[in-house]
Amino acid sequence: MSTRLATGGVLIDRTAPVHFTFNGQKHRAFQGDTLASALLANGHRMVGRSFKYHRPRGLVAAGVEEPNALMNLGFGDTFEPNQRATTTEVFEGLTARSQNHWPSLRFDVGAINARLSRFLPAGFYYKTFLQPRAAWKHLFEPVIRQSAGLGAAPAAEARDPDTYEHFYAYTDVLVIGGGVAGLTAARGAAGGGAQVLLIEQTAALGGRALVDGAQIDGLEGPDWVARTGAGLDQLPNLRVRTRTMGAGIYDHGYVLAYERLTDHAPGAPGPRHRLWRIRAKHIITATGAIERPLAFAGNDLPGVMLASAVRDYVGLYGVSPGDRTVLVTNNDDAYRTALTLLDAGLTVPAILDARPQVTGALPDELRARGVRVEAGRGLAKAMGTTHVTHAAVCAQAGEGAVLETIACECIAMSGGWSPAVHLWSHCGGKLTWDDAQALFRPDPARAPTGADGKPFVSTAGAASGALHATEAVEDAAKAGQTVAASLGQDGPEPALAAVNAPPEAPIKPVWLMPQGAGTELRAKAFLDFQNDVKVSDVQLAAQEGFESVEHAKRYTTLGMATDQGKLSNINGLAILSDALGQPIPQTGTTTFRPPYTPISMGGIAGEARGALFKPTRKTPIDTWLDANGAHWEPVADWRRPYAIRRQGESVASAVRREILNTRGNVGLLDASTLGKILVKGPDAAKFLDLIYTNMMSSLKPGRCRYGLMCTENGFLFDDGVVARLSEDSFLCHTTSGGSDRVHGWMEEWLQTEWWDLQVYTANLTEQFAQIAVVGPKARQVLERLGGLDVSRDALPFMGWAEGSLSQIPARVFRISFSGELSYEVAVPAGRGLEFWEKCLDAGADLGIQPYGTEALHVMRAEKGFIMIGDETDGTVTPHDLNLSWAVSKKKDDFIGKRAMERSYLNAPDRKQLVGLATLESKTVLPDGAHAVEGAKKVNGMENMIGHVTSTYYSPTLDRSIAMGLIKGGARRMGQILEFPVDKGVTIKARVVDPVFLDKEGARQDV
Amino acid sequence: MLMLTCPNCGVTAEETEFEPGGEAHLTRAATDSTDEAFRDYLFQRKNPRGVHFERWRHAYGCGRWFHAARCTQTLEVFGTYTAQTSAPPDRIQAAIQARRPDWSLT
Repeated sequence: MSTRLATGGVLIDRTAPVHFTFNGQKHRAFQGDTLASALLANGHRMVGRSFKYHRPRGLVAAGVEEPNALMNLGFGDTFEPNQRATTTEVFEGLTARSQNHWPSLRFDVGAINARLSRFLPAGFYYKTFLQPRAAWKHLFEPVIRQSAGLGAAPAAEARDPDTYEHFYAYTDVLVIGGGVAGLTAARGAAGGGAQVLLIEQTAALGGRALVDGAQIDGLEGPDWVARTGAGLDQLPNLRVRTRTMGAGIYDHGYVLAYERLTDHAPGAPGPRHRLWRIRAKHIITATGAIERPLAFAGNDLPGVMLASAVRDYVGLYGVSPGDRTVLVTNNDDAYRTALTLLDAGLTVPAILDARPQVTGALPDELRARGVRVEAGRGLAKAMGTTHVTHAAVCAQAGEGAVLETIACECIAMSGGWSPAVHLWSHCGGKLTWDDAQALFRPDPARAPTGADGKPFVSTAGAASGALHATEAVEDAAKAGQTVAASLGQDGPEPALAAVNAPPEAPIKPVWLMPQGAGTELRAKAFLDFQNDVKVSDVQLAAQEGFESVEHAKRYTTLGMATDQGKLSNINGLAILSDALGQPIPQTGTTTFRPPYTPISMGGIAGEARGALFKPTRKTPIDTWLDANGAHWEPVADWRRPYAIRRQGESVASAVRREILNTRGNVGLLDASTLGKILVKGPDAAKFLDLIYTNMMSSLKPGRCRYGLMCTENGFLFDDGVVARLSEDSFLCHTTSGGSDRVHGWMEEWLQTEWWDLQVYTANLTEQFAQIAVVGPKARQVLERLGGLDVSRDALPFMGWAEGSLSQIPARVFRISFSGELSYEVAVPAGRGLEFWEKCLDAGADLGIQPYGTEALHVMRAEKGFIMIGDETDGTVTPHDLNLSWAVSKKKDDFIGKRAMERSYLNAPDRKQLVGLATLESKTVLPDGAHAVEGAKKVNGMENMIGHVTSTYYSPTLDRSIAMGLIKGGARRMGQILEFPVDKGVTIKARVVDPVFLDKEGARQDV
Repeated sequence: MLMLTCPNCGVTAEETEFEPGGEAHLTRAATDSTDEAFRDYLFQRKNPRGVHFERWRHAYGCGRWFHAARCTQTLEVFGTYTAQTSAPPDRIQAAIQARRPDWSLT
């Protein structure tokens, strides 16, 4: 059993008990505990079941690298699955449940998978589910979905009540990691006045100095950390943030950091997580190193832990992992764990050291204290069912013959250390293999480089591969000073901290224990605990030809779990290298990608949720519309009323009423969203001749012309009415969604191609409210407003006039998108609502009613007017849309002219715009429905000849109308096309002229 | 995420403040160009591993276009300069040569 020790634990406050529940059981812990240490203190050695085989699993690690102890945390709206117990600080009322088992942690039906493990080899999915095809949908997929994932998904109706934020920070130097190296480097970097930000992922500074026993400057580790931390707080140019994890390093010194503000104190005010978006001139990663497990059979049993984790649980939290701990190692550092255990009054029955000779200060110290140290020994296996009961000792050189078994509750293993090189590697930093220490470490000669081509990331301490405390401090001090000097802010050289730690003998790499382990043992020697990948799986992958480390990773899923292989990757690629008979550096590592540890989706979203996700653009008429029944729809960034409903009216009947009223009386449309771009200058006409397909230079002041804009590909991308305001100025109307794009487009050509033209552009879209007064009685309304002659003679169709209406300055355009008599009136935005209301008053007895975007759409379709985005999709030319009349043949050049001469754009079977009249007049074609013709193609697909682009029921004509783009459409007039819309349902429609109403245009020109 | 300096307004800002505009110094094909020349103008782009000239717009700043000389491999920025030019100016070429002695404008 694991339990709380009577004394010890530098991070816990024994005077501050807190209570939490695990699987419904209430437990006591102390302030400062992690959920992991609290579980261990309460005797929970088994904390979950593994993903694939449902094997019992316990804590392996004490930090971010923990693969097993993933928990369902909280409940209701704050429920979160897959939270690591080792990085979860305990708080009063915390609720945790273990995952991936049914019906209970102790008895789990899925554990049958463990018995079936030889039928679940590497690449199982790829091999098993190929045939028969039908079985995929009905058998394999449901079963896989059922067994996929670790924790439970939050309830569909749950809504995260917490808030999150993004935070921007700029600093000269960012130090990531608050251990001895980070503190030393930060102090050095800040000495000359540079702004330094130090972040530490845990709640406490100090890293391994808190438990490793080294004396620094004559102080015990925790005391030195406390003193140094307090010293840093005095520096005005140095900021320290704990609970802030360096998640990723990106180009040019961009860093994402993830701060957990209230995870440990739910309900506290403020955001729960904060995503720091940092720009640093230089970054020092002092991220330490992560201990490697040893690959022996049964190394995943609860009770088998990293030696450093055992040291942490005893030293940081005063928790005993068991009375008797057998230590198995290939290096000296693990002996520190034995010292810690002895000092806590616990028993170390034996230290099994895989090295043939074991000499050195630390082993000698243990021998002196009466501990049995066995050289050349390893573990044949860890024994036990739900937790470790015995260690079976063997010769490391052999095949695993058991020499003796030693009763124990805990096995502390150490396969050496791997520097945490993730952040260094994110932005292109390269690694080098250090054979003497058996680790990959950053190669300072191949650091990530910034905008100036110079390195912008350095490493400090164990992250550099300087594992010994003395070297780590020297390395970190140098890193800090070098960075300060490179920024021209070097200060006085600080005194190097004096470290008192015993020297260490070299490590001997051990990738498999024992080295000659047979099939049986290798199939129980785990590399990746979370994804259940064993030594045998990686060897099988190599045997099957997955030689690249990236392929082997994906085939076996090694390192693909939520811990991203922090424990498993180096061991796995060493096994792969061995299987391939090549040195480790030749195999290389997989790619390190951000984030370093998982971060919350809330943190990524920050404030961007709900109304803040994207700003909504609103017109000056918005408040009136909202108060008077607007049924909103998004149009680009705007919201526009789809229809304006009356009390108790359905949306569909509102649309119908609005159309009939506009065609019969008079309607009012808020067209303020239309883009309005002023183009002014001596060369404005010349410029617009290049931008539009039509001739704009021939337009007379006072007149309007409908214009088309194409890309250089010859494809239509925006349209609108151009009004010539004067000899040198034009007002170009664009689509609602296109105003910014068109303005940018004009500027692009002016600035980058025709910079000799003397033209200015200004986007005036939001400066004006634009209100369309539409219908046979429109003129009467404007006449009643008074102030401007709006008669046919004074203001003919496609003309415009400036003056005032009802004392409001106005520009009146006689343009029509409905086919009716229509005036679009632009007034200053601030007077838009006033004008709108005056129109409503003036037209009250004429039956004036506002109408929305759907009525606008239906009416324009009745007239066969195209809509950008409906009839166009970036592959359609003006000619395809029967708009050849708007493409000038006289101009030498315009954007898209050359493209339209390409043979493909003149092919006779191009899709062309036609009208579609269903034979059954009440049946409306579905939008996007495809027309088919003739025999099926060889691949069994129907031969599709085009599709529906706009389709409505026209209340004016009392029948369905549609437009479509159909191959060779112009030649098909009168043909009947088939649109299969569902199984056995085909709609037939006749190809007709797309202008359904008033082909002559008599209604608009009155 | 890159940092770029807009030569028009002098602001050094994050990449998200800019919009990329593809390869710089293209010559627009004339209306009487051959099909092949026009195709190349429309679609054929350089994709070098190394020095590259590209167009950017300070979309969320001054709104103006500029050019950047950049290494696509290391992301080093050699300099930014006006968009109203058909070739990289001498100072930009010198800055590139200082960092990439083997490079020349071809």
